[in-house]
Amino acid sequence: MGDAKKYPAPVTSAETAPFWDAAKQGKFMIKRCTACGEAHYFPRAICPFCFSDKTVWEESSGEGTIYTYSLMRKSPTGPYAIGYVTLKEGPSLQTNFVDCDLTTLKIGQRVKVVWKSTDGAPLPFFTPV
Amino acid sequence: MTIKGKAYIAGIYEHPTRHAPDKSTAQLHAEVAKGAIEDAGLSKDDVDGYFCAGDAPGGAWPMVDYLGLNTKKLSHVDSTETGGCSYIIHLGHAAEAIAAGKCSIALITLAGKPRTGVMPPRAAGAELDFEAAYGATTHNAYGMCAMRHMHDYGTTSEQLAWIKVAASHHAQYNPHAMLKDVVTVEDVLNSPMISDPLHRMDCCVVSDGGGALIVTTPEIAKSLKKPQVRLIGHGEAMKGPRGGKDLDLTYSAGVWSGPRAFEEAGITPKDIKYASIYDSFTITVLMQLEDLGFCKKGEGGKFVADGNLISGVGKLPFNTDGGGLCSNHPVNRGGMTKIIEAVRQLRGEAHPKVQVRNCDLAIAHGTGGLLGVRHAASTAILERV
Repeated sequence: MGDAKKYPAPVTSAETAPFWDAAKQGKFMIKRCTACGEAHYFPRAICPFCFSDKTVWEESSGEGTIYTYSLMRKSPTGPYAIGYVTLKEGPSLQTNFVDCDLTTLKIGQRVKVVWKSTDGAPLPFFTPV
Repeated sequence: MTIKGKAYIAGIYEHPTRHAPDKSTAQLHAEVAKGAIEDAGLSKDDVDGYFCAGDAPGGAWPMVDYLGLNTKKLSHVDSTETGGCSYIIHLGHAAEAIAAGKCSIALITLAGKPRTGVMPPRAAGAELDFEAAYGATTHNAYGMCAMRHMHDYGTTSEQLAWIKVAASHHAQYNPHAMLKDVVTVEDVLNSPMISDPLHRMDCCVVSDGGGALIVTTPEIAKSLKKPQVRLIGHGEAMKGPRGGKDLDLTYSAGVWSGPRAFEEAGITPKDIKYASIYDSFTITVLMQLEDLGFCKKGEGGKFVADGNLISGVGKLPFNTDGGGLCSNHPVNRGGMTKIIEAVRQLRGEAHPKVQVRNCDLAIAHGTGGLLGVRHAASTAILERV
């Protein structure tokens, strides 16, 4: 379901290039600040919590739970489910839920990252475990 | 320093059009500017402050030139862009500029034609690569908020439907409203699901149109013929996922803008006689009423049910023009019309069937951007003098 959908290639930047390089290896990276210890997503050079520049890349488990979702019933590319996942490591992020029956999604459901190809680096999506 | 009582809304104008294929966007800005200036009893050359947002073609300097504003006199401009609540923020900024002596007659305009043609895209933020592919739209971004609100607080689709029902009761008296038919809770629940859990009737209309305000000093306002309405409290705030920490989509930035405005005004939500609350979706109203303190967080469903927002029936008459849910939503931005209907109520110029008796204190509140992603909020508290 949704596999035929064409996704936009990330533009990428000097700040986020390591994320997309890792994505090509199937690794889902987050940023953690070594000054305050907090993890964040999407990745920034400067920690959005303590404003330290001591942020480092960390591989996420790619596992989490559905915080919320909404099933868009119609679109030019068909129905899709947008939502937020709260990662095991803490940060929540926006995504789409794919490769599943979209009508059975539930808040609190366990999900894991899956990658969808683009003309550039692949993009992270989530699917029920 | 406070802006309390230092600025008056002396002119208002809402464009009657809901579909304007025969007009340009700049022309609509000029028509609403003319309307508000004439409503105030002033002339174009009196204007010395101009405020516009992302809907103004080319921004402030092309608009100032197109409108032919008096550039020898124009001493203050502000093109703060915060989506649908831009104009409520402009109102506060105009009051600040007036209080500081930077201008004395400020014009704020909004206009555009989303019903006629494609809207220009908004410039992308740093989140682009990490969100663009997921197709966040207004419908599903607010759907995500509603879904979590229902999960956390037991809010129901029936309760949300009451917000639309109340708006429709008011819209029947507005000759310009796009949707004039009174609807029932069942009608809302039976309308097609757009993005779970929001039905079609939980969504606002799409309309062309616009509106404008004239904001001025107490002295000038008192020299004019219109009933006097002044700004006594103002707040603005922003909220987003902020790195994904402690995500909570059940509240908006109104939890910060509201208390700032109430504190400045020196009143509480209990004192408010009429509320203009941005109604891009039913859930928008419910969350904002909670955030502003009209009821406790999580109790918005109970608060809006059983006609509590209907003028003459409930305790908190809201959006007596029919709001975005029924009347119009010019440029997909509801902040301007929220201020205009609040001023009508305070002047006693609302439709007699929905006019709130002894309406001396009103609130106009809105959000801009996407409640489920990142957004701004602004609150204005207005008083009849």
